[in-house]
Amino acid sequence: MTYSYFPGCTLKTKAKDLDHYARISAEALGFTLEELPDWQCCGGVYPMAKNEIATKLSSIRALAKAKELGQPLVTLCSACHNVIKQVNHDMQTDDNIVLKANNYLKLAEPYQGETEVLHYLEVLRDKVGFDELKKKVVNPLKGKKIAAYYGCLLLRPGKTMQMDNPENPKILEDFIRAIGATPVLYPMRNECCGGYLTLDEKSVAESRSNKVMASAKDHGAEMVITACPLCLYNLQKNSGVSDLPVVYFTELLAEALGLK
Amino acid sequence: MRRIGVFVCHCGTNIAATVDVKTVAETLGKEPAVVYATDYPYMCSEAGQNIIKDAIKEYQLEGVVVCSCSPRMHEATFRKTVAAAGLNPYMLEVANIREQCSWIHKDIPEATAKAIVLGRAAIAKVLLNTPLIAGESPVTKRALVIGGGIAGIQTALDIAEAGYPVDIVEKEPTIGGKMTQIDKTFPTLDCSSCILTPKMVECAQNDKITIYSYSEVEAVTGFVGNFSVKIRRKARFVDEDKCTGCGACTEKCPVKNIPDAYNLGLSNRHAAYIPFAQAIPNVAVLDSTRCIKLTKGKCGLCSTVCSAGAIDYEQKETFVEEKYGAIVAATGYNPINIDGYDEFAYSQSKDVVTSLEFERILKADGPTEGHLQRLSDGKQPKTLVFVQCVGSRESGSQHGCGKEYCSKICCMYTAKHAMLCREKYPDTDVYVFYIDVRTPGKNYDEFYRRAVEQYGVHYIKGMVGKVAPQSDGTLDVQASDLISNEQLHIKADMVVLAAAIEADKSARPLATMLTASMDTNDFFTEAHAKLRPVESPTAGVFLSGVCQGPKDIPETVAQAGAAASKVIGLLAKDKLSCNPCVSHSDPMKCNGCSSCANVCPYGAITYEEKDFSRRQDGSMIRRVAVVNEAVCQGCGACTVACPSGAMDLKGFATGQIMAEVDAICK
Repeated sequence: MTYSYFPGCTLKTKAKDLDHYARISAEALGFTLEELPDWQCCGGVYPMAKNEIATKLSSIRALAKAKELGQPLVTLCSACHNVIKQVNHDMQTDDNIVLKANNYLKLAEPYQGETEVLHYLEVLRDKVGFDELKKKVVNPLKGKKIAAYYGCLLLRPGKTMQMDNPENPKILEDFIRAIGATPVLYPMRNECCGGYLTLDEKSVAESRSNKVMASAKDHGAEMVITACPLCLYNLQKNSGVSDLPVVYFTELLAEALGLK
Repeated sequence: MRRIGVFVCHCGTNIAATVDVKTVAETLGKEPAVVYATDYPYMCSEAGQNIIKDAIKEYQLEGVVVCSCSPRMHEATFRKTVAAAGLNPYMLEVANIREQCSWIHKDIPEATAKAIVLGRAAIAKVLLNTPLIAGESPVTKRALVIGGGIAGIQTALDIAEAGYPVDIVEKEPTIGGKMTQIDKTFPTLDCSSCILTPKMVECAQNDKITIYSYSEVEAVTGFVGNFSVKIRRKARFVDEDKCTGCGACTEKCPVKNIPDAYNLGLSNRHAAYIPFAQAIPNVAVLDSTRCIKLTKGKCGLCSTVCSAGAIDYEQKETFVEEKYGAIVAATGYNPINIDGYDEFAYSQSKDVVTSLEFERILKADGPTEGHLQRLSDGKQPKTLVFVQCVGSRESGSQHGCGKEYCSKICCMYTAKHAMLCREKYPDTDVYVFYIDVRTPGKNYDEFYRRAVEQYGVHYIKGMVGKVAPQSDGTLDVQASDLISNEQLHIKADMVVLAAAIEADKSARPLATMLTASMDTNDFFTEAHAKLRPVESPTAGVFLSGVCQGPKDIPETVAQAGAAASKVIGLLAKDKLSCNPCVSHSDPMKCNGCSSCANVCPYGAITYEEKDFSRRQDGSMIRRVAVVNEAVCQGCGACTVACPSGAMDLKGFATGQIMAEVDAICK
C-alpha cells in the first residue's frame, strides 16, 4: 500500500528522526510513504477565522493533490495533522469555505474534503493493525516502562480529529504494548506542553512541561515518547527534568523492528 | 336554513380593547342564517350565559356561535349553557377572537376585520354541525401502579385508603426503589429507611394492595376504565408463600462474588440473596445467571438448608392477566452512566464516586457500614471535593451522554453530603464546585446556607476540568474559581460526582404499550404542563414521580397523592361518558389499506372482515377499518392519512372544515 505523505517543515529540519524512522519502519511493515510533490507549510496553527481562506490554502492544496493521486494522506507531526485534518473537516462541512477556496484555486475538479487524512499512528492501528505489528517486532523492548505523551493537538478537538478519546486515550499505550514495552499511565499525558508559548511567555511553557515530565516520572516512567516536534522540544528544553529521555515514537518503532 | 345566534364577548378589555365588538356583532348579524346577534362584557358570567339561554328560547335558535376566548377555555361552559336551553351541546361553535385575534394584534380595524372573518367561519361550520350524543363505558374499579418506589408506594397507599383495590408491579425483587439506598433526606436529615420502610410494610399488609414484585408489564390493551394488562412474573426460584425470609440460603450459597446492585456494585452478594434487610416481600431470589444449580445442575445447597422447603429450581415465569380502570406510571429514574466523563477519572480511580455511591458509603448498611472511607485503601478521606452538574445542564453533544435539563435534586443532596461529612468528621475539608446553587423549596436555601455558614463547606463557583490520580493515592483536582478568576489545584482524597438523573430505561417501552406520549428525554408528558400535571394525555393513564420529570422526595410524594386522587376520581364513577367527536369509517369507501391504523397514536383502529355480498354480485367479503369509539381521542390523524376519504371525524368533518376555509377565503 502506498500513501501520500505530508512530512511538514519541522521534519525536514529539527525533527529529521521522526521522519527518517517512520519511513524505514513503513517499508519494513509493508507500506510506502510517497512524499507529496511541492507540498507547502501547513501554517503550524489551524486558522479558526471563518472569513479568511488564504491561511487554509496550503492544506487544501496538499489534500487536493492526494485526492488527485488517489491515495490517503498520511501525516506524522501532531501540528500538521491537526491543521490538515481540521481544514479537511471544513472542506467537508462548511459550504462557504468550500466555495471560496475552490473559486480561488480553480482546480481541475473542485475539492470537497474527499481525501482520507490519517496520522501515522492510525495507519499502524487501523491499516497495519497492532497485532500484525507485534508479529513483526524482532527486538521487543521488554521491561521498558514508557510514558506516552499525547499533548493536545493530536486528539483535540475530539469530534473532528476522531483519533481517540481525548480524555482517556489509548492508541499510544496500545502501540507501546505492541512493541513489547510497558505503558505508564499518568494523568498529565493529554495536557498541553505550552506549545508556542515558549517564544512568547517562556515561563508558561516551562511550568506546563515540568508538570507533564514530573507526573510521568512520578508514575515510574523511564522514557517519554511523543509524535510532536514542538512537544519534544518543550519537554526536553523547558521542563527542567533532564534525566528522563524524550524520543519520537517512530524511533522506538524502528528499534523494535530491528532497524536502528 | 338553520337559525343561528351570535354572541360576541368583550372579555372585559381583553377583546374589546383591540376588537370593535359592536361592529363584529352588527356585521355578523347581517349574515344570512343569523337571526340574532349581540355583545356582552363577560359572556361566560351567569348573566352572559342567561343571555344565550334566553335568546335560544326567544328566537328558536338551532345553532349558537360564541365569539370569545379559546375553546380550550370555555367550550365546555358554553356547551352546558346551550344544553340547559334544550339544544344539543354540539350545536355550539366557539370563534376564538382573543388568543388568536385581540391578544396578537394591535391595529383595531385589522383585528376587527379578522374577528368578523373568524365569526363567519364559525357560522359556516355550525350550519353543518350534527347533534352528537356521548356514549358511555363502564369502569373497572381496580388500579395498576407501575413501579414500586416511593412514588408508586404512596400512590398505591392513597388509592387503597379510598377503598379501591390496587396492584403494584415492581421489576426488582423488592419494592422501595431508590429511597432504600439513600442514607439521610434533606432538608430535615431524617433517616430515609426509617420513613420509607413503614410505608413498604403498610403496602404489604394492606388487603387492598397486591404487590407483584420481580414482575414486569408485558402488554396493555383496552382504554380508560377498561384496561387489560398482562404481567410477567419472573421466576425467582423461591416459593413466595413458603419463604420466611430467614436468610439461611443466602448465607450458605457458595457463589459470593456477584456485584450487589443494592450497593451499586461496591460490594458483592451471593447468588441466593435478599436485596436488603427490610425488603418487601422479604423473600429470597436465586440469580439464575449465576446459581450453580440453575446453570450447571449441581450444588443444591440452598435447598438443603431451607427449612421451609421454599426453594424451587423448577419454577417458571408465570403470567397474570388483570383488568384495571386506571394505570399510574411511576417508573422513576437512574443516575446516568458517567463513563464518558473521563476527565473526572471515574473509571480510573476507586476514590472518584457518584453521589448515589457516596450515599451507600454513608449509610450503615453500605459497603463501609456507614464509615466515611476511601474505597481504595479504607482510609478516612481528609479532603473531599464535590462536583455538581456532572451531565446536567449540558448541551448534550459535549460528551454524548449529558442532559440539557437541570436534574433538580443534586444541589440539595450535595449540600447534605457536605454537611454530613463536616458534622461527623470535623477534621475534613470539603469543597463543592457549582455552576449555580439552586435551592427553591421550603427550608432549602436555609439548609444550604447552614452548610456554608455553620459547617464551613467551601462553595466555589466554577467547574472542575480534570481529576488527576497521583502516585501517592491522592487526586489532583484542577478547577477554576470563576469569582476570584484563579486556577485551583486541590489535593483531594475523594471526589464525589453529582451525576445527572435520567428516566428509567423501562419507561420508553412502557409508554409505547400505554400509547402515552414522552418528551425527547423520555420523561412522560403531562396532559397540560400547568393545569393537568399528573395526567398523561392518554385518558386513564396518570403520572407519579420522576417518570414525569426530575423531582425530590417531598415533591414526588405530593405528586403521588395527586395522581392517586385523580385515579380515585375516575374509579368513583360507575360509567364514563365518551367524547363523541371521534372518527368513524365509511365501510363503502374503506379499502382496508391500514394507513389509518398506522398513524393512530391510541391504537383505536382495528379491522374486520365485512360481508358486502349481494344476491346479484355473489359473495364479497372485504377487510374494513373499525374505530373503537371509547379509545379514539378524536385527534383526526386518520382522516388525513386515509387515501380514500373513508375516515371522517364527527364534529370536525371534512365538509365542515372546508366550509370554514371557504368562509375565511370568501
